[in-house]
Amino acid sequence: MLILHALSGDAHAAGSGGWWSDLIGPYKGIDTNKYFVVCSNVLGGCKGSTGPSSANPQTGKPYGIDFPIISIGDMVNAQNQLIDHLGIEKLLSVIGGSMGGMQVLQWMVSYPNKIRSAIPIATTMKHTPQQIAFNEVGRQAIMADPDWRNGNYYDHAPPARGLAIARMIGHITYMSDTSMAQKFGRKTRPNKEPKKFGAEFEVESYLRYRGDNFIKRFDANSYLYITKAIDNFNLLNGNKNLASIFRGLNAKVLVIAFKSDWLYPTYQSQEIVKACKLAGIDAAFCEANSTYGHDAFLLETEQEAYLIKHFLNTVSNGHNGDSQ
Amino acid sequence: MNGKAEQQIILSWVAHGSSVLDLGCGDGELLEKLINEKHVHAQGIELSETAIHHCVAKGLSVFQQDIDTGLSEYANSTFDYVILNQTLQQVKKPDFALKEALRVGKKAIVGFPNFVHIQARFQIFWGGRVPVTKALPCEWFETPNLHFLGIADFKEYCRKNKIYIEDSAFIRRNGKVKFLPNLFAETALFLLSLH
Repeated sequence: MLILHALSGDAHAAGSGGWWSDLIGPYKGIDTNKYFVVCSNVLGGCKGSTGPSSANPQTGKPYGIDFPIISIGDMVNAQNQLIDHLGIEKLLSVIGGSMGGMQVLQWMVSYPNKIRSAIPIATTMKHTPQQIAFNEVGRQAIMADPDWRNGNYYDHAPPARGLAIARMIGHITYMSDTSMAQKFGRKTRPNKEPKKFGAEFEVESYLRYRGDNFIKRFDANSYLYITKAIDNFNLLNGNKNLASIFRGLNAKVLVIAFKSDWLYPTYQSQEIVKACKLAGIDAAFCEANSTYGHDAFLLETEQEAYLIKHFLNTVSNGHNGDSQ
Repeated sequence: MNGKAEQQIILSWVAHGSSVLDLGCGDGELLEKLINEKHVHAQGIELSETAIHHCVAKGLSVFQQDIDTGLSEYANSTFDYVILNQTLQQVKKPDFALKEALRVGKKAIVGFPNFVHIQARFQIFWGGRVPVTKALPCEWFETPNLHFLGIADFKEYCRKNKIYIEDSAFIRRNGKVKFLPNLFAETALFLLSLH
């Protein structure tokens, strides 16, 4: 099966330090003793696959913003070539949350005959203006950093401030009011050398820490290209109507949303479910109770493990709940 | 509350190979039986997250959704049967739920506890208390039931709304009740259509 990562993720999904290590591994929800699990870095990324920080073979220098605009569809096409290369004719499942969920949906449309099941989690068929707006603020933060140098910074210091701010904005949208209140409250930190605008509150220092950490592992141009791919993603593109999107798909689908996720609210998952129903697909939908916000898809691994494990059992055993 | 006798009657009413939507399907016990014994194409709708988990584990096609918001995504006559077993008295708008059931289903199967069962009448009349019986096991402050109806009430409702009762069955202690069901039956089942 194929695991699809989100905006800032990479191929390192399982094992020590993996972003879904609580879910993937021996005897876990996605049992690696039972299943052959594949996860690759997305096209446009900076952790293995070709992206703007990769060397342009024509110049020998990093592409920078000469790198072409990419789409979620391009990412999925690249994954399909990998799956062909590995000699896999049919995937038992494609699974992913957030942008990973968009890739799941794209797989359902682009290669319906190559998947037996699909699990899109905390995702949407298209971004709303609010979702685009948050990404745009992130991109503007990067491009407003003088170190960005129109994307041509690879011989200099990277636009660290801009990327860190983009990440801070992202993190706010991944949490919920409740989870932030529980995690930080209005707790303050002892300030040995008081500065007027130092990181006084816990939440401030957390965001600074997260931002500073991110610049060590992520390329600012990749952030621009990937967020643009997310914003441009629209499964309803062209003249397709909701009923015809998944027509012809013969796979079982499990859609999962999280109650406190305000970045990818439940109604967006319900749209996916509606399209599945209209296409007569054998689908199931669960709105999991969580206070973690959008981060829940990375943190509520116990609930996900139960659902995914049992769902995959019914797929691999050929047991069929059947639908219309 | 999902008695064996009730399930047997529903199984006998549903045609082999037909399509079924179970509204308030719980942990999917009835749906699983319908699939195994009647080879139906089945879907379920349920509000409880835990119940949905059990349904997913059974491989059922189920959706966590509130029936009170309607079934707008389904076209008219999508299903041969829409089942509302022990659900109707628990939704906010039973009138709306039943009309939606009869819109998306060619037929509807409705099952509910008979609130005017003799034991309940005794408890109200002689005890002066709100009844707690086998079919109505919860105290007033914890019951999921929002609406209270008897068999006669439901028949009257169907007559007024031009809903045709194709078949009915009345049950007490897992056996059928033929004599004065409105007085002696604990639960009632109706097979309904609009024509």
